[in-house]
Amino acid sequence: MLSSADLDTLLLTFKVAGIATTIMLLVGTPLAWWLSRTHSVWKGPINAIVALPLVLPPTVLGFYLLVLMGPSGVIGQFTNWLGLGSLAFTFYGLVVGSVLYSMPFVVQPLQTAFAMIDKQSLEAAATLRASPLDSFFSVVLPLAKPGFITAAILGFTHTVGEFGVVLMIGGNIPNKTRVVSVQIYNHVEALEYNDAHWLAGCLLLFSFTVLLVLYTLFKSPPLAQPFK
Amino acid sequence: MTVIKASFKLNYGDFKLDVDLTLPCTGISVLFGHSGSGKTTLLRCIAGLEQAPQGYLEINGHIWQDSQRKVFIPTYKRPLGYVFQEANLFSHLTVLDNLQYGLKRVKNNLGLIKLNQTIELLGISHLLTRMPSNLSGGERQRVAIARALALNPEILLMDEPLASLDFKRKQEILPYLIRLHQQLDIPIIYVTHSQQEVAQLADTLVILENGNILASGPLSETQSRLDLPLAQDREAATVWQVTVAEHESDYHLTRVTFDGGSLTITAVDAKIGTELRVQIYARDVSITLAKPHATSILNVLPAVINQLTVGRESQAVVQLQLGQQLLLAHITRKSLLLLGLKIGMSVFVQIKGTSILN
Repeated sequence: MLSSADLDTLLLTFKVAGIATTIMLLVGTPLAWWLSRTHSVWKGPINAIVALPLVLPPTVLGFYLLVLMGPSGVIGQFTNWLGLGSLAFTFYGLVVGSVLYSMPFVVQPLQTAFAMIDKQSLEAAATLRASPLDSFFSVVLPLAKPGFITAAILGFTHTVGEFGVVLMIGGNIPNKTRVVSVQIYNHVEALEYNDAHWLAGCLLLFSFTVLLVLYTLFKSPPLAQPFK
Repeated sequence: MTVIKASFKLNYGDFKLDVDLTLPCTGISVLFGHSGSGKTTLLRCIAGLEQAPQGYLEINGHIWQDSQRKVFIPTYKRPLGYVFQEANLFSHLTVLDNLQYGLKRVKNNLGLIKLNQTIELLGISHLLTRMPSNLSGGERQRVAIARALALNPEILLMDEPLASLDFKRKQEILPYLIRLHQQLDIPIIYVTHSQQEVAQLADTLVILENGNILASGPLSETQSRLDLPLAQDREAATVWQVTVAEHESDYHLTRVTFDGGSLTITAVDAKIGTELRVQIYARDVSITLAKPHATSILNVLPAVINQLTVGRESQAVVQLQLGQQLLLAHITRKSLLLLGLKIGMSVFVQIKGTSILN
């Protein structure tokens, strides 16, 4: 059975993933829209920075974040100045790390979805009296819905599964930063295979259910083509 | 009289647009030209979808663009309707939601009445619950036209609305366009490269070439100008506005009158007094010096030679005046010489065939 400590890690994990996904969608939507429409010279560099976590070892990202969020780091000094103290080894530090680490999984599907919306649909909206902001909400968002579903699912599940970044910046503090992937590792270290099985099984079931619902609901599931 | 004043200068590297145009605020003005002539770009400038760095646009006394005074009204604030070459419906909305999309965004309590009228006018009431993906190309285009009209715009802009359709679908939509022409009191600017659509729809004809305006004026005047390539074309024709005067049902014929005489055409199922468009191809017109006494051709009319020009190879083109109407005749250079045709001469024209356009 799941112990109460295991349940706590599950709850904490979903909380981190939920908050991180919300932030990623809020930040990622305008970013992906800009990237899909711009001809700016900054498009290449920004794209590269967003995609960096795809190729960067999580421990490297975690290491830099740890240094930056520490008392003498830039982020650390800023949060100190705000009176928040250092973010390292805190719940919100974990959220920040997750957002950076999973961002490409949100931005890229959105960017793909936005790029498929042709200029003509927006022009049609403009000739029908819709302001640019209005047409973004009434035309772009509905047409990009599969992209949003893909982005949210990839962002969420990827955050749930992260390990390296968490270990570097969050540590292993019960009820604060101990997430499920770390807990499974703890169980295995302590040779508690039975507990590890329960948690691992929960995650397996969760992942499978999400995909099952998705593939049942959509005739052509958005996940079938996350990147193009 | 209210007018549309449009002047734009724009430079896209290998393409330049430089136009200065005045159009009447009634009827259909057709922008005609080959692809690359700038007709679509001009229309997009009028809609504000393209912003010409130097431009002036005045419609019905309202200024939509004046680059000198840095005025540019964005498209969504212009009271226009726009029909794209591809219907461009919103694929996530039903036909009815597509029709209501613009309506929800105008402050106009005429909305619903106007919407029902347009649905009726374009014959799409049976399609309202469908998604755009379940419509044929022709149906989609009719919905797109209705969507633009439902807004009750002050001007309707149409960019080759028939170009993406096959012949059958074109024939399905043209009657609706002709109905629009008869029932709407707003000006329409219509882009096409089809001479058939020009003949069927245009009141004013604007010919564009390489981003410049070659000619602009009332249809029959522009059509019969000998200095334009149109008059030399194998399909050269003049369109006359005529009125049904009498039916000769015994012979299955109808007599129509025009400003300067009358014509006998194949019977038309229309009330006396109905206005019709009749097209006369230049190749169907021949010229005689004296009135022929025995001829099978019914339409022999007196005319005066206005202008003439010698065309390519064997061809000569003659522009004739019949009362207020202009008429083109394609004859051979040899006949021109043999008959000694000169400007100002009184002759007779024999019209071998006519076609009714609406």
